[in-house]
Order: sequence, then C-alpha cells, then structure tokens
Amino acid sequence: MTTAVSTPRPPLAGSAAKKKRGSGGGLGRYIVVRFLLIIPTIFILVSMVFWLMRTTGDPITAALGGRLTPDQLAERISAAGYDRPILIQYAEYLGQIFTGNFGTTISTNRPVSEVLVTYGAATLELAFYALLVAFIVGIPLGMVAAYWRDKAPDAFLRIFAILCYATPVFFAGLLFKLVFAVWLKVLPVAGRASTGAELQMQLLPGKTGFYTIDAIQTGNPAVLQDVLSHVVLPALALGLLTAGVFLRLVRTNVIGTLGTDYVDAARSRGVSEFRLVRKHAYRPALIPIITVIGLQIALLLGGAVLTETTFEWKGLGFMLSEFLQARDFVAVQGIVALLAVIVALSNFIVDIVAAIIDPRVRY
Amino acid sequence: MSDIRPPVSTRSDPSAPVLRISDLGVSFATDAGAVRAVDGVTLSVRRGEVLAIVGESGSGKTVTAKTILGLLPETAVSNGAVILSSRDGASSNNVIALSGKQLRQVRGSDVSMVFQEPSTALNPVYTVGWQIMEGIRAHGTVSRADARTKAIEILGRVGIPDPEVRVNYYPHQFSGGQKQRVVIAMALVLEPGLIVADEPTTALDVTVQAEILDLLRRCRDEFGTAIVLITHNMGVVADLADRVAVMYQGKVVEEADAATLFGSPQNEYTQKLLAAVPYVGQGVVRAAARAEARTREWSAQAPVVVADNLRIQYPGRFARPGFVAVDGVSFAIRPGEVLGLVGESGSGKTTIGRAIAGLTRVTDGSLSVLGHEMNGFSERKFKPLRSQIGFVFQDPASSFNPLLTIAECVAEPLVVHGRADSPRAARARVDELLEAVQLPRAFGDRYPHELSGGQRQRASLARALALEPALLIADEPTSALDVSVQARVLELFAELQREFGFAALFISHDLAVVDILADRIAVLYHGRLVEEGTGAEVLGAPADPYTRRLLASLPVPDPAAQAIRREELAKLRAAE
Amino acid sequence: MSSTDATFLKPARPALFARLPIVHQLRQSVGLQRGMLVAGLLVTSLFLLTAILAPVIAPYGYSQLRDTAGLFGAQQPPGGAHLLGTTVGGYDVLSRVLWGAQTALFVIIVAVVLSLFAGVLLGLVSGYFGGWLDRVLVVVCDAVYAFPSLLLAIVMSIVISGGKSDLVGGVMAAAISITVVFIPQYFRVIRAETVRIKAEAYVESARVLGASNLRIMFRHVLRNATRTLPLIFTLNASEAILTLAGLGFLGFGIEPTEASEWGYDLNKALSDVTSGIWWTALFPGLAIVLVVLGITLVGESLNDLADPRLRGRRAVGASSGLVAETSVVPGGTLDAGPGGLDGLETPAHPPVHPGDDSEATR
Repeated sequence: MTTAVSTPRPPLAGSAAKKKRGSGGGLGRYIVVRFLLIIPTIFILVSMVFWLMRTTGDPITAALGGRLTPDQLAERISAAGYDRPILIQYAEYLGQIFTGNFGTTISTNRPVSEVLVTYGAATLELAFYALLVAFIVGIPLGMVAAYWRDKAPDAFLRIFAILCYATPVFFAGLLFKLVFAVWLKVLPVAGRASTGAELQMQLLPGKTGFYTIDAIQTGNPAVLQDVLSHVVLPALALGLLTAGVFLRLVRTNVIGTLGTDYVDAARSRGVSEFRLVRKHAYRPALIPIITVIGLQIALLLGGAVLTETTFEWKGLGFMLSEFLQARDFVAVQGIVALLAVIVALSNFIVDIVAAIIDPRVRY
Repeated sequence: MSDIRPPVSTRSDPSAPVLRISDLGVSFATDAGAVRAVDGVTLSVRRGEVLAIVGESGSGKTVTAKTILGLLPETAVSNGAVILSSRDGASSNNVIALSGKQLRQVRGSDVSMVFQEPSTALNPVYTVGWQIMEGIRAHGTVSRADARTKAIEILGRVGIPDPEVRVNYYPHQFSGGQKQRVVIAMALVLEPGLIVADEPTTALDVTVQAEILDLLRRCRDEFGTAIVLITHNMGVVADLADRVAVMYQGKVVEEADAATLFGSPQNEYTQKLLAAVPYVGQGVVRAAARAEARTREWSAQAPVVVADNLRIQYPGRFARPGFVAVDGVSFAIRPGEVLGLVGESGSGKTTIGRAIAGLTRVTDGSLSVLGHEMNGFSERKFKPLRSQIGFVFQDPASSFNPLLTIAECVAEPLVVHGRADSPRAARARVDELLEAVQLPRAFGDRYPHELSGGQRQRASLARALALEPALLIADEPTSALDVSVQARVLELFAELQREFGFAALFISHDLAVVDILADRIAVLYHGRLVEEGTGAEVLGAPADPYTRRLLASLPVPDPAAQAIRREELAKLRAAE
Repeated sequence: MSSTDATFLKPARPALFARLPIVHQLRQSVGLQRGMLVAGLLVTSLFLLTAILAPVIAPYGYSQLRDTAGLFGAQQPPGGAHLLGTTVGGYDVLSRVLWGAQTALFVIIVAVVLSLFAGVLLGLVSGYFGGWLDRVLVVVCDAVYAFPSLLLAIVMSIVISGGKSDLVGGVMAAAISITVVFIPQYFRVIRAETVRIKAEAYVESARVLGASNLRIMFRHVLRNATRTLPLIFTLNASEAILTLAGLGFLGFGIEPTEASEWGYDLNKALSDVTSGIWWTALFPGLAIVLVVLGITLVGESLNDLADPRLRGRRAVGASSGLVAETSVVPGGTLDAGPGGLDGLETPAHPPVHPGDDSEATR
C-alpha cells in the first residue's frame, strides 16, 4: 500500500549516489589524495631539520672544532663542500635524500645510509615488540575499563594508565633492570643478544638484522631464547608507555560510543551488555582510535631513542645519542630525516587502514 | 531477588492489556541535584492498540517510554510497576524489577523500540542485515541462514525494495525514510506484542513522515502489534492514535480515546495545547486584510530584495563538482511584506536566507538586497547596509555568545554601528527593546543559558530589531520550540511586524506556520522555486504537484478530518 | 528540596569564587573523580611548594660537593648526613631532587607560557581567516605535530645552545626547545575550536550585524575558544617535564653546576644500576613520576568533568519518592522535542534552563 521508495532527500541521496558511482572510487581517490599529502609533510620536516641544524654553523666545525687547526678545518670544510652557498647545499641535500643518500658521517666516516640500514632493523624490531605489548595490554584493558566504568576496576586501570604515561621510559627501564637483571638476575641487563648468540647469527648467509628472524634461521633454540630474553625488558619499558595511552584512548572512545543511540537500539533488541561493548561500541570507536595510534608512532620512536640508550640496544636511537655525544650533526641530520620519513609513511598507512575499516568511506 | 518480582502469571488471558503501568515514578541525578521526571503515571495498552503519549519538553514522555524497555541510564531511579505481557499472554513481567539477563530476554521479543533519529539508531559500521540478524540470534538458537532469510523477509515487508541485495547494505547507503523503515523492521522481526515508537517521524520531512505513519499503521493492522507512540505533534496523534494520554510536568493530565480528546478536551492544559497547534488556513484572512490596507503607491515602491535567476553552488571537496543548493530562483520582497519560504530539508531555503544576509556567496544570477548587488559581494561596501538587516537564527541554544549577558548581546548592533559607545550606554534602549518583545528588564542581566528556548528566541528578535531594520530574515525561528511556546513567538512576530513595518523573509519547513505570518508563500523543492503566490492561492489551490503532495502530507489535529486527508494523499500518490 | 525549586525560578549566580576554574570543578565532582582531582591537586601543590621553598628545605646546594666536614664522597648509601645518599659525582641526592623541582617548574612556566601565546594567536588568526595562510600553517603544524617531540627538542637545543650546555643555554634552551614542540599543539586545538565557533549562530549573528573581524575574533571567538586551555595546560605541563628529563637523559640538559635536573641525574645513574646502586636512580625518577602523575590527574579530572558523557553524578537516593515535585527537568529537554534532541542523554548536558515550562503555563 505504501510506495516502496521514499522520497529521495537531495543531500543524502545525492551524496550516496556520488559515492556509489565510483564503486570504491571513493577509497581509491582518498588514497591518492592522502598519498599526495605526505609529500609536503616529508618536505617540510626534512627542510626544517636541514635549516635548523645549519643555523649552528657547518657540521665540521661543530664536530672537530678545537681538535684541528683553523687551516685543517678550512680544508676539511671546503673538501666537504660546506663553504658553498647554503641554498646550493640545500638543493643538493634534497636531491640526495630523494635518491636515498643521507651524507657521510664525520666521526666514523661511513655513509649515513649504511648506518641507517645497519641499525634500522634493530629499532624496527624493538618498535614491533613494543607495539605488541601496547596492543595486548592497552586495548583489552581499555575495553574492560569502559565496561566497568567508574567502578573499582576502572579506577585501578586508570591509575595504571596514568602511571604508565607518567613514568619516563628510561626510568621504567632502569627500574626493570635493577629488579629483574641486577637483583633477581632472571633477565639480561642490556644489549640485543649475548656475544655467543650474536656470533652465530653474524655467520648466517642471509642475515636480516632482525635478530628474532636470524635466531630462527640458526635453528638453535638457545639462540632464540637468548634473543627473546633480551627483548623483554626494553619492549616492556617502551610498550607500557604506549599501552597507557592506548588504554585511555580506548576507554574514552568506547564510553563515547556507548552513549550513542545505536547502542541503545541494540540494547532494545536484547543484545547482551558484553556484546554491546565488544561489537557495537568498539568497532565504531576503532576508527578514531586507529587515527590516534598513527600519532603514537612518533611517541614510540621518540621513546625508542631513550629506551635504546637505557638498554644499550644498538639501534638508530642508540646511534643517535652516540652521534650527539660526538657532535656529528651530519649523522644526526640523516637519522632525524629518516625517522621523519618513517613517521609520515606510517601515518599514511594508518589513515588508509582507518578508511578501509570505515564502510562510509569504503562504499 | 525473586521475591521482589511480582508473581509471574502463566495463564493465557487474551483480554489482558499488553502493558500496564501503575504509579510509575522516575527520578534523575543531575548536576543540579535530584529531579523527578515522571510522577505517578498510570497507563495501560491493550493488544493491537495505538496509545499516543503527547507532551512538550520536560513532560516525561520519553522517560516513560524508556522505562518500558528498562533503558533508563544509571543515574535514574524508578518505582511503581511496569507490567509487560508477552504477545500470547503466556507470561508477564514487571520490567522495573527484572535482572539484566531477564530484561534482555524481554527486549526484542516482548517489546521493541523505534527511535527518533534513524541515522543514529543504526550502527554505521555493520550492515543492516547483520544488525537485524543479531537481534534474532540474541533470542534462541537460530542458524545464520535462517536468520538471514528472516531478515530479508522483514525488510521486504516494511517496503525496502530488493531486500535480498539491500540486506548487505550499510546504513549510510539508505535515505532517511528508508533508514526509519529498517529501524521498524528490526523492531518487528521477532513479532513483539508492543512497539514503543519515540518521536518516530520528528527527524523526517513531512512527506516522508506520511509514509512512515502508514507503515506504523500497518504494524498495528497487519502484524497486530500494539504501539506506544511518543510524540509532541498533534497532527501525528490524530493520524495514528486510538487512545491519547496527555502528559504535563511528569503527570498524565488527561487520557481519552482520540476522537473524544480532540473533540472535547477536558483538561485546561490539553485545551491550550490543542489551541496552540497551527493549522493551514489560519492566516488567509489576516493576509487579505493586510493586502486591503495597502495603498496603491505600495506596489510601485522598489522591492527590498530582488532575486533573479539566483544560483548558489557549494564548492565540492577534492575537485568534485559542488552541490547546487539553489538553482535559478527568482522572487521579490516589497517593503513591509512578509514572504514565507517553505521547503523540506535540502531544498535550499536556508541558503537563500544566508545569501541575502551576505553569509553565503552567490554563484550566478542576480540578488539585489536594499539596492546592493550580492553577486560579486564585497563586505566593505555592504557593511553600511547591514544596519538595515536583522537576522533570527534557528537554534536558540547557540545564537547568543554564552559569555555575554543578554543586555550585552542585544546592545551589540547598537555598539557596532556607533549608536552607543558601550553596552552600558545602550542599556536604556536595550530595556525598551526587551519590553517590546515582552521580556522583563531584569532578564538583560542574565546569561543566555539561564533563559528558556522561547525566551532566547524573543531576545534574538530584540537584537535583530535593535536598529529598526528594513528587512528581517527569520530562519526557522520556531522549529526548535514547543508548540505552545511557538504560538506565542509567532504572535509576537506578527505584532512586531505590524508595529515596526519591516519586510521579512520567513523561512520554515512547516506550511501551517508560514501561513500564519506570510503575505505571500514561495515553495522550494530541490533548489528550485516550484510555486509562489498569496497564501490563499498556494494553500487554497496549489498548482504544482509537489505543493499538493506537501500540503496533503501535513497531518491535521483532527482524527476525522485526517482520515479523509489520508485518503486524498493516497489518491495523489497513486496518480503520480 | 524546595531550594532546588527556587533556584530554577530565580537563577542565583554562584559566587565568583565558585566559578573559578579549578574550584568550580572541585565542587562539581563526585566520588572517584573527586578523589582523583583532590589527589592530583595535593601532589601538584606539594611540587609547587617544593619548587618555591627548595632553598630553605634542601640540606645542601645543588652543586655542593663538600661541607665543613670535607667532601661528601661519591655513591654513599642513604643514611647519616645524606638521607638519600650521594651520586656518582658526589652530590647529595636529596638536595638534587628538591632543587630539581625548581628547574622543572621554571621550564614548565617558560615553555607553556611562550607556546600558549604563540600557539593561541596563530590558531585564532589561521582558523578565523582561513585561506592559503591557514592551509600552509596547518600542513606545517601537522608535520611538526607528527614528529617525535623529543627529537625536535634535541634539534632545537642544538640550535639554541650549539649542542653545548653553557650557562646561557641551560634552562632557557630547554624551555624554548619545548616551546617549539608545543606551539603546534595549541595551534591545532585553538584552530579547531575557532573553526567550530565560527559556524556558531552567535558569530554569524555578529557578522550579519557588520561587526569588524577584530571585534568578532576577540569578543566572540577568543574567549569561547580558550575554555579548554586549562586542560591542555595541565597535559602539556606534564609533557614538558618528561621532555626536559628526556633531554637531560640524553645529555642535552643542564650541567649540574648550573641547576639541578632530574634527567641528568638519571643519566649519570645509568651505570650505577648495573652495579646494584639503586638510590641515585630511584629518587630523581620517583620525583618525575610523582609530579607528572599529579599534574596528569588534575588534567584528566578536568577533562572528564568538562565532558558530560564522562562526568559522574551523585546517585539519587533510594527514597526518590520523597524528592519534591520539581517536575521541570533542568535542560528542559528530557524529551525529544521538535528540535530533535537525543532523548535521555540530554539531562547530562549542562545548561540549566530555569522555568522552561513557565511559558506554557502562563
């Protein structure tokens, strides 16, 4: 008796039609636009690093000033091209970065890109385990806190989250070291693996730099156990910092979506409270959560510098602080620029994942 | 715990009501302390009956509705009894005393709910089929395939075309009216004895509202479901309800069958409420009287606003083509004349108002305001003319700076245009203005959040009239107000218009409201002007099919008359 | 309960004292949230007092190595003349921890105030005017925001002090480095608020009246846009401490002869820990945790209280039947009305409309 199709409402029907026309074109277009947006981001960061570092003068004087005579210094400066106009150096620097060349370190006289390749794997491995800890601890506990909102478990978890966030990673690291490595002696104090294990992995023909993978390749369970026991404390120290942020984020967003009409609507259909949190509140809350997780990658990398220094974990962060001590600003500039690129790329990937999860973008 | 529960009757008693509420009281914890929202409400709903609960803001009608499903937030405490029987009368429960698990069993199978805003009642990240099936599978073990078959069937029955395909659609892929159909399908799928519909058509356009009301009627007639209809709209009540309960300040003040209530309301409040409902045809006499009183020279005067083939397009994102909000519209407003602009959501009516005030840029065509061409608009040149324009916004909640007092807000135009040095110096004039809009002077020292919606809209009028403008633009000034408050604001508007003699553009989605005030009425549809003329012309003998449908869709607060109108609308639809 | 009734009819303005930022929230809070807020305020005041009174309460100076009895000696365990022991450099741990509060407070104040002014002004102008300047600023600030703040602070401190912590560098270098990191945060928040407020009816109303841009920006937008600032302020203050400590830990902080800094002490304690010397690391670390915890507790509580969805409320007594008939719901919108309000969540929203139904009865 009623007409089947209701009157089309212009703005709604219009936008829906537009989205449907491309059938997934919405997402494709979004990816392209979002990808184009990371170009200015990387450009700005890389340029910023260059100009900021150069306001202090040329890197050679910074690194070797006082140790060489003025003549020797001038010679080194002109040999490295630092006496040319700054704009030309800038253009050259941009061009080099474009081709993956980040310059040569002053203190060790190695190409920065080689340093990046050698130590990048260690940082990525640490970041991976830390993220794992953050996800495993932060997300379920955030949902638990939201479910028990304002009750005792929630209060406990919130204090836990704030503590995670309030404890500097290096202090957490020091405490873990003190308790587990020095007093209880159950875990190693520092490093990525013991010397014996490291030797075995060095001999591998196809070594990747990711010790977990290399340890599996050796086929020796003792090596794997050694590598994993080394990763526990740094990953916990760095992961808990991020876990605190995740916990808070998940709790707030899930509580937010729990107040929406569609959760009430599902409740009115007889859906259980647990399922309301797990399915109805969590999934929509996930989209903003993922976007913020992208921003946490920056925090994680910043924390990695501190964690690696604490645990003598030979990664980019550890090297960065070594180069900083040596005042080798070419190397510092290279590492910082690379981290900028990693951050921009991972934010891009995270945004795409969020878009794929959101059916409003997908269809 | 079980001894708190009332004895569960196992006898089947088909004549027993499906819902019996007795002496229900609900209190809320708020920032301002405990507040009693529902007080001693006693109601019952028979099988297959539509009971409408009518009331204005704060009457407690929604709280009553949510109590039936046990959906009150944790800040609420309730007492009394809400006895809900299953469809077959096999069991009955006191909802207030049920445990969480028992409540879940009742929800969906014995009683279900239709929400006000269909776009927020559906989870955006799951398909509608998934959401319907979830409800089915929450009650007993049903295989996925069976649940899916059931979901498709129910979608088809509520009038969703191609249900086999649409079952896999996400909510955003449906139009507003279709979303509400999906929400109703979810409520119907387990064939509960009772559906609670909370303002089910308030968020919808009036033409869509008529279709949803038809669907709800089918729920009663074809599915035999009883409905508790919560609404503030008397027209909707007259269209659908068998029996009506009027709520005021948490109490039921009158309860009667629909014909009796509309025919001879007993309670004073009910009488006032019914009298405040605007109806089409109210303004025709007044408009004619105003037209009579006008001199010959009036028609020769230059119009205040002239639109000629006006086109406004919003820019698109990511180089997509923009959205054309207004497309080739032409009209004129003469001095002292009220033009009513009517249209549904997305018709471009608000955009036109904003363009006249210089808030939105004109894309093409010509728009002349007080002799100033708005196409190629420059703020600097237009600024002196701004003192000649007043604007009343739709949302009374956000139209005042929350950090300034009402007097400071009303003085703003006087200070900006140099008529006063400071808000303090303008106070005498502000007091005059507040008096003109019938607000006590002392209200000038209050902050906006301390005023009610109606009071704020009056202060908004005072601000708009501070400089005695030649033109007033009112964008849905009463659509956020209760009907009795709306009546008073409309009356005030008419009075002020007589007194100050400004020309006005009155924008509304409600034909009956526009009719009260307008000298002429223009109807917009999808950005185009489909009809324009005096109220008598447009409402008496509409020429355009859309106007006719719009007019026929508007429910009137009279059950008998509405039944006739309903048939006319069905004929109109069939003819299209 | 008749008093509730009266307040609805005649809204008495709360005293100025009760409307002050923190005081207002303290009165508003209940239960757990109040506990968190009070605990946070206590710890924060303790920190402030320590910072101000450090010269009085610290037993020794921050760079003192000897007293009349001779050198303190390195790595002395807690007890005796040195309650918390001495560091590897021979400083008194307790004194360093107390003096460190002063450095932290100074850096917080300089960093937050500087970034507040720059960020708020940029955000306001950028959000209000829009256009290409806005787009450029947004891209730049987003880029900086996404960048690890510690790395940026390192680069900045290299720029400011040339990587050498001389006397001028020291505290100011750390403060300014942190400032640069925070400007984008304030910018983003204020810009987003400005863009939102720009679309509010009261700003449009001012535009229709012909008010100048300056008048709209400062009279209508700025004051409303900065309402969330106390919240960001607390969150940034704790981040400032963490960044400062991070800089110190990496050797970019302040030399012990200039001022006491917790991060620096932790750096020096790094090797102590391996040999089981715990007191040099534990106390400066605990100081950081405690201060950040206190400030974050205040910030989180303010955040919850500002959001009606997260704010807790006093429970209604079981004897709800005794509650007087204040049938008017504050907010006036408990029911879904023609304005399309969202049913039951609305009583949570703050505005109290006195006598909302009075118009209907009159």
